Amino acid sequence: MSEKPLPLDGNSAAGLLSELFAVEITGASITCDGCHHAAPIGAARLYGGRMGAVFRCAHCENVVVRLVRTPEGYWLEMKGARSLFVQARGD
Amino acid sequence: MSEPPVSRGFRGKQRSSDHAARTPPGQHLVNDFPVLSAGPTPRIDLVKWRFALTDGHNKFAEWDWEQFNALPQTKIKTDIHCVTTWSKLDTEWRGVTFDDLLAAAGLDEAPTPFALMHCYGGYTTNVPVEDMLEGKAMVATRFAGEELDPEHGGPARLVVPHLYFWKSAKWIQRIEFTETDTPGFWEELGYHIYGDPWREQRYAGD
Ligand SMILES: [Zn+2]
Repeated sequence: MSEKPLPLDGNSAAGLLSELFAVEITGASITCDGCHHAAPIGAARLYGGRMGAVFRCAHCENVVVRLVRTPEGYWLEMKGARSLFVQARGD
Repeated sequence: MSEPPVSRGFRGKQRSSDHAARTPPGQHLVNDFPVLSAGPTPRIDLVKWRFALTDGHNKFAEWDWEQFNALPQTKIKTDIHCVTTWSKLDTEWRGVTFDDLLAAAGLDEAPTPFALMHCYGGYTTNVPVEDMLEGKAMVATRFAGEELDPEHGGPARLVVPHLYFWKSAKWIQRIEFTETDTPGFWEELGYHIYGDPWREQRYAGD
């Protein structure tokens, strides 16, 4: 058994993200609270392996989002994110 | 330099029944050493490396690399258990036991019942002091006779093998004594506050 070398790109956690968020979230833009850069979640650097998803800003390595799935539910922490922008649906 | 004797946990020839008895519920054995990190591997210059014992107000002791390596060194051979379900038997570590750290800091006993590990790169994890006494934990600088690889926590990591391995904080920088049990990086995000593999305490509520 082996873990994939980290980091992966944030899109690797698209399945986990979509379980929690009803919108298409990997394209949503996160503004890092550390460096104020905005980038899609899918472009973040993904750490944490099988313990959970630790999204780090690709610009400054600050943790912007953490997401853990346990048998009971989902734990989400976003204190490293200044804001999250989700594009309105076109319909 | 002469190697110190193996102090505890030494077991001779292994048999598979013995292996089964040493594998906690829900775990399977591996021979490799998987790497799991919450962030990039910090590259720490040994000239700048420091390790300290603190609480909210005091720094009880601080060692640089040379001073740390002059502290009494202990070797242990022990089994480790990662919450992602792999276990690895007979891992060999060398470092300074928590008991020897307290003694070197001139502390007769720990000032508080709990501790929070702080690491280079920002990782944290909490361990009760009781779980580090009497040889139950060390700050290790060597693995399998070699310098500890940065991917595995080098220059120095905590090893507290009777708890799930996320408690064995890589790249340790400081042990902060705390009055209350303060959740760390994974503990505040759904993982168990204590993490006993034999009771399968993986998640909060287990
Ligand atoms: Zn940033």
